[in-house]
Amino acid sequence: MNKSPSKPSRDWLKGVLSAYDTVVIGSGLAGMTSANLLAKMGHKVLLAEHHYNMGGMATWFKRKGGHIMDISLHGFPCGMIKTLRKYWTQDISQRVVQLKNVRFDNPQFSVNTSFDKIDFTHILRERFGIMKEVIDEFFATARGMNFYDDLVMTTRELFEKYFPGRTDVWRFLMEPITYANGSTLDDPALTYGIVFSNFMDKGVFTYQGGTDHLIKEMKQELLRNGVDIRTHCMVEKIYVDDKTVQGVRINGQDIQCRSVLSNSNLLTTIEQLTGEEHFDPEFIEEVKKVRLNNSSCQVYMGIKKGETVPHVGDLLFSSDADEYCTDKILSKDITSRTFSFYYPEIRPGTNRYSIVSSTNARYQDWANLSESQYRQDKHVLEQNTLDALEKYVPDIRKKVDHVEASTPKTFKRYTLHPSGTSFGTKFEGLKVSRDLPKQINGLFHAGSVGIIMSGWLGAANYGVIVANETDKFLRQLSPSLVTASA
Amino acid sequence: MTIEEVRQIILNILADIAPDEDISSIDDNTKLRDQIDLDSMDFLDIVMELRKRFNIEVPEKDYEHLATMAGCVSYLTPLLKDRPLAS
Repeated sequence: MNKSPSKPSRDWLKGVLSAYDTVVIGSGLAGMTSANLLAKMGHKVLLAEHHYNMGGMATWFKRKGGHIMDISLHGFPCGMIKTLRKYWTQDISQRVVQLKNVRFDNPQFSVNTSFDKIDFTHILRERFGIMKEVIDEFFATARGMNFYDDLVMTTRELFEKYFPGRTDVWRFLMEPITYANGSTLDDPALTYGIVFSNFMDKGVFTYQGGTDHLIKEMKQELLRNGVDIRTHCMVEKIYVDDKTVQGVRINGQDIQCRSVLSNSNLLTTIEQLTGEEHFDPEFIEEVKKVRLNNSSCQVYMGIKKGETVPHVGDLLFSSDADEYCTDKILSKDITSRTFSFYYPEIRPGTNRYSIVSSTNARYQDWANLSESQYRQDKHVLEQNTLDALEKYVPDIRKKVDHVEASTPKTFKRYTLHPSGTSFGTKFEGLKVSRDLPKQINGLFHAGSVGIIMSGWLGAANYGVIVANETDKFLRQLSPSLVTASA
Repeated sequence: MTIEEVRQIILNILADIAPDEDISSIDDNTKLRDQIDLDSMDFLDIVMELRKRFNIEVPEKDYEHLATMAGCVSYLTPLLKDRPLAS
């Protein structure tokens, strides 16, 4: 048995069983949701998380001065209410509240919206002068798109068809989705249609209590359902023999299991944890074609105790760029930012504010800097963000007492995702993820892939879809598995 | 299980999945998703519940049989006819 090079002084695997039905690798929303479901279905589940906190990208951190910063609680579609109720608890789902003030501010337009179909239809008519029939047909087309559609049409072509030459309309429709899942005008239109329609259904929602409360509640529910949760536990290897999962190595210790559900990045799961040699060469060819999505930079601004921030919006898509442009959005020379304003209502009783600025970013722009250059560039990022925020929150520098930046390198360190990808893979990753169990019996992947399975709702629902496959697999191995009473 | 019992099982599952919907007035021959708010995840839940409660595996190609109540009953009754009603 291999010993891990830096064996922790505390044995984080103390009392672990010698075998499990399923080992879930990683406690992102997909990993946690599938672990919870599999445990409820009667399987013995080990959930291994390398970090000390659970949640994956659905996480938070605390800083001196009473600051709590949310990483990805920007807003999700209302479908999350149902998902939380069905696969978690009624109590958790009842904490979901709507964010009613979404703002755009750029050289082409300045608009406030509740970000739903009714309001978008109104704005497209009144502000952009689009005919009602065109708007209705666009919404119907977007809503009608599904996974089985052909992939020929790109989002750019979809927009060109309904709103030819109207780059202002394109920006209005696209900018929020780019921030939601890293997709661009050149990705398949169906990825846009599915995600956009999910939001347009009823608007944007958030979780009252903050990410820390949500993950704490989920952890309690996992424990109630009998999931063996292990933090500080790095899965180093998935053992495969005769095209079948045999077990895993965690912190240098071998543990048997009949199935693995990896919430680690798709490429990491195949190339590093399992090993290419266990897959068909044709499959590996498809794996090599999978493009990772981009990463992010964020600036976290904690407001001093006692200070307030006027209600300038919940989500603010701000940009200095003349037009929507993917290259500019990814550029290190930042022109576009999404500000998430966290008012005291997010954590009732605390009376505290924080603001998080998010920008999409490329790993290679940050990966190879000298230590001093990296620090300096982070400082510039922080200062430029404060400058940009000044327009919306005057005297912002007097109000903040904590400013901190994260880069694609930061995301890589905490999630272990290659190139710090914050939105998984492009569309082709979904098929590879779905086909994994056809290559190796008992090997499953759930997590941010294919754009449509990205974000809080996509990741959680994909966790359910894959947990269903895993349950089916385990029951075929043991048809006599106790049938739960109805 | 009788046809009526199978129908009741489906209603019980639907009540769990869509607690806010009125399922008492479901018409057996109209598509379920045209009567109550069901999405593809909800149909997946029906499949998972059938496996969990009765060890019945509905293959993906047969999902279409679950579109209406009448379809559910005629598809599931042969599979459940020898089973006692779960306690």
